[in-house]
Amino acid sequence: MLTDALLLQLGYNATLVAIGATLLGFAAGSTGTFLFLRKRALVSDAISHATLPGVCLAFILMVALGGDGRNLVGLLVGSAISAWVGLLCLSWLTRRTRLAEDAAIGAVLSVFFGFGIVLLTVIQTMGSGRQAGLEGFLLGSTAGMLWSDAMVIAVGGAVTLLLILVLRRPMTLVAFDPEYASARGLPVHRIDLAMMGLVMAVTVVGLKIVGLILIVALLIIPPVTARFWSDRSDRVVLLGGLIGAVSGYVGAALSASAPDMPTGPIIVLVSFSLFALSLLFAPNRGVLAAVLRHLRFQCRVHLRQGLLALAQGQPIYERLTLRLLRRAGLARADGVATDTGRARAAKALRDERRWQVVRSDQTHEAAAALYDGLRDIETVLTRDQIDEIDRHIGGPQGVPA
Amino acid sequence: MADSPLAIRGLTVSYGQKPAVFSVDMTVQPGAMTAIIGPNGAGKSTLLKAALGIVKPLSGQIQMFGRSLDAQRARIAYVPQRASVDWDFPTRVIDVVLMGLYRELGLLGRVRNSHRATALDCLRRVGMQDFAKRQIGQLSGGQQQRVFLARALAQSADLYLLDEPFAGVDAATEKAIISVLKSLRAEGKTVVVVHHDLATVTDYFDNVFLINTRAVAEGPVAEAFTADTLQAAYGGRLATAQVDQVSRALV
Repeated sequence: MLTDALLLQLGYNATLVAIGATLLGFAAGSTGTFLFLRKRALVSDAISHATLPGVCLAFILMVALGGDGRNLVGLLVGSAISAWVGLLCLSWLTRRTRLAEDAAIGAVLSVFFGFGIVLLTVIQTMGSGRQAGLEGFLLGSTAGMLWSDAMVIAVGGAVTLLLILVLRRPMTLVAFDPEYASARGLPVHRIDLAMMGLVMAVTVVGLKIVGLILIVALLIIPPVTARFWSDRSDRVVLLGGLIGAVSGYVGAALSASAPDMPTGPIIVLVSFSLFALSLLFAPNRGVLAAVLRHLRFQCRVHLRQGLLALAQGQPIYERLTLRLLRRAGLARADGVATDTGRARAAKALRDERRWQVVRSDQTHEAAAALYDGLRDIETVLTRDQIDEIDRHIGGPQGVPA
Repeated sequence: MADSPLAIRGLTVSYGQKPAVFSVDMTVQPGAMTAIIGPNGAGKSTLLKAALGIVKPLSGQIQMFGRSLDAQRARIAYVPQRASVDWDFPTRVIDVVLMGLYRELGLLGRVRNSHRATALDCLRRVGMQDFAKRQIGQLSGGQQQRVFLARALAQSADLYLLDEPFAGVDAATEKAIISVLKSLRAEGKTVVVVHHDLATVTDYFDNVFLINTRAVAEGPVAEAFTADTLQAAYGGRLATAQVDQVSRALV
């Protein structure tokens, strides 16, 4: 069943939904990356909630004009207009008043959403059968998706991606260093609005599949996941798009493979599982990598301290230190150094003296900056430089460098 | 005044009801290094940001090379304070320097080898060529500051405005930055630096501009950087340690 779904064998509607969700996921993931890099991820939540009054007003208007209230393009235009109004309110509140952005987001989000719910209730009383399942826009509803709906998503997604391609440099520059961007004459405020406009487009296009409450997940989770895997913004944008696309595709297939599974929430759960995997297993930024790095570092510190203790004939109290020395064949169980242990310990002590010279000598400034108590001096200085230092130190000869 | 790289007349900038900069005139000499000096909160950085249009002034006129700011953007390079950006941003050193070539690259132009060569050359000038592929978060404070300077160099501008480039950097970085700035002056470029270390003013700069919300003194270091003007700019805020520094510098 699931393989059928993944191979798009579950019939017309399921295939349409899967293709639509994939495109939407890519557009949302890559657009959301810029929002994430600009550290304004939550603005998308205000935008998405602000679409609801527009959807309802568009429905009422189309019915009043004698048309079909369920026309998707009409509803989406309505949602875009009210989302834009919400965005302008948000932008005005943060720029012109002392309200911080988080408070402004809360205000705009709840007021627009509340107004939308009121309108939804009004529509429910407008006459039986005409209500047309507008609640579907809250959490998405893919059951009755049409070819034309899929086309709207495809066109909307393609236009969004094209605009990202054109605006990626200014948006990255503004996200990294808005003051510098401003000094270079970039219209920072207008670029921000353009970025929000793209987010709005993705939100509007995604209403049918994931709905306005969960679209924020598709805008935020893929970029955050992508950030674990790359340190380059252009790659994070691309990866964010790919992760969004995979989430959309797999989520749509999963929900099609079992009866009565909601598409939007499943897509969000799939993207979350990708996030969780990245959080744990990503190299460098992942949790596991950080733990391993810390443990390795701890072992190096203990080994070094143990060697220095051996060299100076001090007792070793820490059990971890002793265990590490034994495992490396440098000490016996009673804490007495082996032959190799004695040699390594003598070298460690000598290196420590060499470092002392390096750090007190102005001419070795660059090398001294690298001192961390663990680094082998050979990786920093040449053989000749070390010999020169040894002549200063004097002391026991014949210690291997 | 007509050909001054940066001429400011009657500039007032205010945050809320309190002016940070009040009715300031400033005329920067071409081909020289000028330090903007004043106590904390005296409006040094604000003056620079207003000159660049980053903050909107309440009143005042700004001319660069005798024309409006917008007509001269391409000739002006800005080095912001290091603390003004998030250094965990996913970008590499060379990508930051390539941002300096924003105008050359345009919206859709590909980054070509010639652009990369230019960026690497700028990194070489600040002694950071070996760090091109590093993520910017792995750099020390001084190295980050040098990357910012390299980005400004990539613009090949005629006027360089730097906001506290020596704040919290190591001695090697300070040496590297000042030698780059002096080489810019040797090429006939104009350099303006918001500076906080009174002890190095006489060594580094040709001219000073003292400010404490209002302009206090302006001119060559020998004339404008005196015990009297410093007293006027800093008032009681000049700590004993700073007085010592300055008296040593003035001797």
